[in-house]
Amino acid sequence: MRQSLLTYTLSLGDNSMILGQRLGEWCGHGPILEVDMALTNISLDLFGQARSYMQYAAEVEGKDRTEDDMAFLRDAREFRNVLLVEQDNGDFAHTIVRQFFFDAYHQLFLKALCESADERLSAIAQKSLKEVNYHLRFSSEWTIRLGDGTEESHQRMQAAVEALWPYTGELCTSTALDIEMADLGIGVDVAELKAAYDQRIAEVLKEATLTIPESGWQQTGGKEGKHTEQLGFILTELQWMQRAYPGQKW
Amino acid sequence: MNKNWPLWEVFIRSKNGLHHKHAGSLHAADAQMAMENARDVYTRRMEGVSLWVVESKHITASNPMESGELFEPAHDKVYRHPTFYPLPDEVKNI
Repeated sequence: MRQSLLTYTLSLGDNSMILGQRLGEWCGHGPILEVDMALTNISLDLFGQARSYMQYAAEVEGKDRTEDDMAFLRDAREFRNVLLVEQDNGDFAHTIVRQFFFDAYHQLFLKALCESADERLSAIAQKSLKEVNYHLRFSSEWTIRLGDGTEESHQRMQAAVEALWPYTGELCTSTALDIEMADLGIGVDVAELKAAYDQRIAEVLKEATLTIPESGWQQTGGKEGKHTEQLGFILTELQWMQRAYPGQKW
Repeated sequence: MNKNWPLWEVFIRSKNGLHHKHAGSLHAADAQMAMENARDVYTRRMEGVSLWVVESKHITASNPMESGELFEPAHDKVYRHPTFYPLPDEVKNI
């Protein structure tokens, strides 16, 4: 049970941290100053969430490891984030679509996690939900603006939807661990979120004049530690300082 | 077509009871985007509880050439300041 709670808590932290790292790559490269700051604000929100989860994970483990050890000294196979969040930033359209696909899930997930019997997870969810409500507002609005924008923005958004769609199925596919934690009243059986998720996506994409790809094929594996090649590159950049100079502190 | 987004002025109320104060400006395509950009650029450090955005072109500014007639007549009218009254200690924001 303790091992399950540890893995589960880390998986939540991994989702936030990996997406936060991706958004952080936009720092100084945003299309305009205002959007540059918006993306990095969201990144910092996500890192704050990751920190809360990883602090808790370290306490659950009870082996004198800290949140820094969890973030900087685990290998790719130990990460349990969904594949969607590790996908490349691509152009701005890809970043926005990835964000929207994740935010729509994240909001539903956190609302459910607020009811967790685990007080710490519930408290983290309540704090994070306010942040994520804004993330979803931001990414939904940009999805609509660009999808229903110019010919070029529409075409780029549609390309991003098609490229990222195969990574959405994993979000609402429950693993054995999800079900175990849901049965304990601690976690969320994410399969139950699927109907609401699909509806949310369909509503916004319709308003954005974008079409959901017909192919139903979906990629999975991230939640079991089987990642795309992207994660290795992210961790190389994220972790190199601690790997090169172990135990370095600010 | 002008490819630059219009300029907007941002006003922030730092706490309830105080008035909105000019904080700066930003670019945005429309009012909704201006509001979100203002939130992201100007309220990251708990600066405010309320935001106004207004497109800069709607502001009419005084002409610096007219400063003499507009402002200088007030210089020697010190009696217009409410400084001749003792203020109760409880009154803070005046």
